[in-house]
Amino acid sequence: MNAFTAYLTDSATLLRRNLRHMRRYPMVFFIAGVPIVLLLLFVFVLGGTLGAGLGGSLGGRADYVAYVTPGIVLFTVAGAAQGTAISIAMDLTEGIVARFRTMPISRASFLTGHVVANVLQTMVSVVLVVAVAIAIGFRPTAGVVEWTAAFALLALVALGITWISVALGMLTKSVETASNLPMPLMLLPFLGSGFVPTDSMPEPLRTFADLQPFTPLIETLRGLLLGGDVGTSGLVAAGWCLVTIVVGWVWATRLYERDPAR
Amino acid sequence: MSGPLAGPAIRAVGLRRSYGSHLVLDGIDLEVAAGTVFALLGPNGAGKTTTVHILSTLIAADDGDAWVAGHDVRRDPEAVRASIGVTGQFSAVDGLLTGEENLILMADLRHLGRAEGRRRAAELLERFDLVEAATKPLAAFSGGMRRRLDLAMTLVGDPRIIFLDEPTAGLDPRSRRVMWQIVRELVASGVTIFLTTQYLEEADRLADRIALLHQARIVAEGTPTELKRLVPGGHIRLRFTDVAAFARGTRAFSGAVRDDDGLTLDIASDGGPRSLRTVLDALDHASVEVGELSVQTPDLDDVFLALTHDDRKAAAR
Repeated sequence: MNAFTAYLTDSATLLRRNLRHMRRYPMVFFIAGVPIVLLLLFVFVLGGTLGAGLGGSLGGRADYVAYVTPGIVLFTVAGAAQGTAISIAMDLTEGIVARFRTMPISRASFLTGHVVANVLQTMVSVVLVVAVAIAIGFRPTAGVVEWTAAFALLALVALGITWISVALGMLTKSVETASNLPMPLMLLPFLGSGFVPTDSMPEPLRTFADLQPFTPLIETLRGLLLGGDVGTSGLVAAGWCLVTIVVGWVWATRLYERDPAR
Repeated sequence: MSGPLAGPAIRAVGLRRSYGSHLVLDGIDLEVAAGTVFALLGPNGAGKTTTVHILSTLIAADDGDAWVAGHDVRRDPEAVRASIGVTGQFSAVDGLLTGEENLILMADLRHLGRAEGRRRAAELLERFDLVEAATKPLAAFSGGMRRRLDLAMTLVGDPRIIFLDEPTAGLDPRSRRVMWQIVRELVASGVTIFLTTQYLEEADRLADRIALLHQARIVAEGTPTELKRLVPGGHIRLRFTDVAAFARGTRAFSGAVRDDDGLTLDIASDGGPRSLRTVLDALDHASVEVGELSVQTPDLDDVFLALTHDDRKAAAR
């Protein structure tokens, strides 16, 4: 068996292990549950008023479901980071990683197994959230191509955020800290165009909202699902995905390779 | 697996390692012959775990060299990993999987194949008395069961060299004896065992050779018997059957420590054959009948305290 097939075999073994964890302790319901509750709150409690402020053709709540769903979907992806960081930190505190490190298995396969499992878990959560959104009146206009592009974009975002949260999970020494570290990520959709248009915000918040990565991501998703121009935000979004994937991957790999005792 | 080992199973020369400004290992030399049990004995914080971590490729030494199964731990860690099994101080089991799933995970990571992996898992569950708990989540496992599973997981790959870092720490006496039995069986099958412990009794019972690690250095090394000879305090105990014989005995050995109620005399001795002959000759000469004679050697506790005592005083000064 050469190094690459060994890497694939070991990654698949560890992926199966992580998926088994996820089946046994279905964190997916928490990962999807929080955004679903938030979706219902925003649409039914705040949606009438917020929707009126959008000045759309449907008016009120119906307009707001359309507006907020892409934001909630990306909030879901950001929130899934918590699950990743927790699963990494749990492995590190349990001592099983020390065992893996003294076994003749491909080093990178441990991280690959975690990343792939968590991206899959995030995508399942996204499907659940979108299903609820459709049930309460979200009416996307996307065709097969747009849906495919939307899911591809979300998978890339999930991949980047997962790599970052793998690194965050390795930085901490306890599961509790690991669950708190990715929290700021979950705030970003609020400080962007996820819940209200950025031009309704005061400076300098507005500038921050326009420049931070979640705004182009949300705008691209909006464009794909509801029609309208994706334009430059699509390119910026793709750029951000690439940056987070590379930075997260390099960071996490370096942390895993460092001397575990120091 | 690796073939017969030409040289020692484990060899280390001048291992040095510090954490920040704290020196944990200050030039450790070790040699462990294949097929033997080597015990690294020392109190908490002496550097035992660090030594295991370096030899098992988990961390790197700052200085010095080490070879395990003939492979350099620094240059060829993959070859070392293929030859060893490690059971650490803290159980390295997957708490979310069952016992059987844990073993199959190890088999898959060793690329044993599905059928062979299952066969091996079943065999180890049987051997380690874990069959009933095999399909239960680990939360239901006792400390002893977790430790046995941990060791079983280490054995999935059939390693020829096994590191056991404090394998019985925190176990009840019964589980400890079970673990000792397992270690003996492993050695009988030709495996080399590198064991760390802070229990002198454990090292005494299991190890062919013992190294005493104290304050980052090895302060003594040898067989249990050799180590016990390092300290004074041994004696020959004579037990008499009647008061008259006891009285004659006390006259023959005037320097002995006497116990009038137990009718015993303790005569200072280094435990060697010469001192035994001297005592027997003296008994013959005085025509004293002895009920029972036993040679009492100092135990490892005495050795340990004697060898570490001076340093402690020096440190306190």
